[in-house]
Amino acid sequence: MKILVCLSHVPDTTTRVKFADQNTKLDSTGIQWVINPWDELSLTRALELKDDPSCGIDKVTVAHVGLAATEPTIRKALAIGADDAIRINAAPADAYYVAAQLATVIKNDPYDIILCGIESSDYNGSAVGGMLAEFLNLPSISSVSSVAIQNGKVIVNREIDGGKEVVVAPGPFIAIVQKGIAREPRIAAMRGIMMARTKPLKVVEPIDCEPLTEWLSYDLPKPRAACKFVDPENPGQLIGLLQNEAKII
Amino acid sequence: MSVLIFIENWDGKFKKISFELASYGSKVAEMLRTDPVALTIGNVAPGEVDRIGKYGIGRVINIQNNAIHSFDSQLYSFLIDHVARKEKATVVLFSNNNTGKSLAPRVSVRLHAGLGAGVNQLPSGLEPFIVHKKVFSGNAFAQVMIKSPVKVLTLAQNSFDLIENPKEVVMESLPMPAFEQGIKTEVLETQKQTGKILLTDAEIVISGGRGMKSSANWGPLVELADLLGAATACSRPVSDEGWRPHEEHTGQTGKIIAPNLYIAVGISGATQHLAGVSSSKYIVAINTDKDAPIFSAAQYGIIGDAGKILPKLVEEVRQVKGK
Repeated sequence: MKILVCLSHVPDTTTRVKFADQNTKLDSTGIQWVINPWDELSLTRALELKDDPSCGIDKVTVAHVGLAATEPTIRKALAIGADDAIRINAAPADAYYVAAQLATVIKNDPYDIILCGIESSDYNGSAVGGMLAEFLNLPSISSVSSVAIQNGKVIVNREIDGGKEVVVAPGPFIAIVQKGIAREPRIAAMRGIMMARTKPLKVVEPIDCEPLTEWLSYDLPKPRAACKFVDPENPGQLIGLLQNEAKII
Repeated sequence: MSVLIFIENWDGKFKKISFELASYGSKVAEMLRTDPVALTIGNVAPGEVDRIGKYGIGRVINIQNNAIHSFDSQLYSFLIDHVARKEKATVVLFSNNNTGKSLAPRVSVRLHAGLGAGVNQLPSGLEPFIVHKKVFSGNAFAQVMIKSPVKVLTLAQNSFDLIENPKEVVMESLPMPAFEQGIKTEVLETQKQTGKILLTDAEIVISGGRGMKSSANWGPLVELADLLGAATACSRPVSDEGWRPHEEHTGQTGKIIAPNLYIAVGISGATQHLAGVSSSKYIVAINTDKDAPIFSAAQYGIIGDAGKILPKLVEEVRQVKGK
């Protein structure tokens, strides 16, 4: 079986974002770019499955839509342990555009399990996985918190609002994964970093596709009013404030 | 033309997030000078449909079939697409929860419709169509233009107030269209949390962090939650330590919540934690460190030890509520 992990390249999650050109684009000065946290966990789980011979995973590939500047992020995924990588040479205009590009690559070279993170920590769209599934006419299972392979069957847990379901997907499918899929992201070891330099990274040119959305401008949240402190010797006052001032209890 | 609103069916009942969506959908329809129509799939309990009517919806389409026994995103997207075309919907609306997130992207591709995910207010323009949404996990917002003739939006939870505008509801049953490719996923088991207030539904959430010091100290926090009708949550280190279950983890990689009141006890408020709770209407922080970043996100704060403060709060709430 072959697994594909879709990667997004995002600013480190502790970044204090700033915008440039009259707030129309992200100011990327000083930003550390990382693999999207959910994609990193997906990759970790894919590699754990490959490490277990009973799962029968032959290869873990990563795919990414981005310009050449994103290659260090892809090399990082190879260093963590992916076998090979595909970079579609285009700026990711919107989720629809990205999913259409990935779909073209996958149609030419299908995978048994495709893992996508539930959202990217930058534009928070939660969209690429589901869109990709629709482009490929494949089943998708969302909010997946575990993926296991038992006797050749792929079994996943999905979170539903207020509970969990155990679901089987016979045949190729897309798992849109969230927390729980792996405990801690796997870290690249020195040997992995050395090997990553020579692992195959195929660059594919994009297809023509018109994005359906356009990002016009950004604004920062309004600063909250200063915190009102309650005397720690008399914390009961807090309840009065919540009742009479904020009127929320 | 119409605005199609997908109303999630919870064993025959509807939830508050769907009423928020109905209120939002009726307003969008009013802006577009068209009618809102709701779609719900599966059996609906008697009287439930009238609850949707209260928020400005006069027509509800219901599809029922014995073949629909579990949630399959391919089947559901096919049905929503079918109804959207039939109703000539120009806007299709979902809640931005697990179900909405799994359906909206699929429906968006089927209808060749741009997706505005997690919008938090009414469109700021119609021609062009512009929506406002959270980006960078709540550290910023963006204006996004949707260029396609049909638009799909998911509405962020607790971002739009309920607007009462009672309508007489007509429910139309629609026969199930043939789904030739068949359902490919199989649900083996469903476990539902019962009796507890769901974290994602709760109006008040009380959350404990490392400052709680040990899993043994959760008693007063849970008691306070019970008294206030609140759900309990925790920070990532707490769930990683196994002090509380993973389902309670709120933060960027855990649950993203937007209650009316979030009480953070012994939580310092790292960026990743705030990303999960910054949409709360009010934040209260209790922490021993006066410089903890949580205080800059909070409207009310107490500098002190959770172990001493919580029992006093429990006592106060008991008195106030006369329990």
